[in-house]
Amino acid sequence: MSTSEIDRQWTTRLRKRVEGKLPPEKMLPDTQPTYVASWIYVFGVATLSSLIVVIGTGCILALRGPYWWHGSAYGHFVNSLHLWSVELFFFTMVVHLWGKFFMAAWRGGRSLTWMTGCVTFFASIGAGFTGYVSQTNFDSQWISTQAKDGINSGGVGAYFNPLNLGQMLMWHIVLLPLAAVVLTGLHVLMVRVKGVVPPFDKDAEVGE
Amino acid sequence: MGWLSSLAALFPLDNLGHYFHWHFILISRANLIVIILMVVTFLSALFLPFPGRRSRKENQ
Repeated sequence: MSTSEIDRQWTTRLRKRVEGKLPPEKMLPDTQPTYVASWIYVFGVATLSSLIVVIGTGCILALRGPYWWHGSAYGHFVNSLHLWSVELFFFTMVVHLWGKFFMAAWRGGRSLTWMTGCVTFFASIGAGFTGYVSQTNFDSQWISTQAKDGINSGGVGAYFNPLNLGQMLMWHIVLLPLAAVVLTGLHVLMVRVKGVVPPFDKDAEVGE
Repeated sequence: MGWLSSLAALFPLDNLGHYFHWHFILISRANLIVIILMVVTFLSALFLPFPGRRSRKENQ
């Protein structure tokens, strides 16, 4: 195979593009700009850490099932870890969102970073909702019967039915976590490609 | 586990929650506390000094 043929292959072109946009020193940097040394920049990583605990505890719950998480002390403990890591996930994500909103974090060609973050937020709300209706207790019964009217008023009840436990559980453990994890991965990659957004005064200094 | 039971007694979860109602705004006490905590955390993150920031500036 000639060199020109190798250069035309999609694998070669993709590799060169990735190498150009995201070299290893940019993917895993050794240092960060001075302005990142602020508590407001901590909440993105805090959200990511919470998500790891959410996914880990969710996997354990999936392995053992509802009888276990309702009926044993260890099950209650893991169930509580899953709930409270979700609470922490949303708490830190909202503070991260406020921080980035007031920084106008979409500056400097970071619109895709901002948009992947927004869509991840909405996917996470869906994952949280389907989690509440998948608990298999009186709480989930109450929430699903209340929610069905809202969903039906939007005309999507035939496709997304909160009273259908099997459907809600599949959304909760397959589709929405997949969306949240893939989008979070893209979001982090975009942060690595474009870098952490600078404060406004730093932005003015570099003339962006 | 006695201390855990007494801790649980501080946060009774088997009765109706308390709600604040002001005109068209209706919010549970639990949700209001979480929102207040988020605002406090946000403001603290803006104004609290970050460990090691001064030494990094001096090094530059």
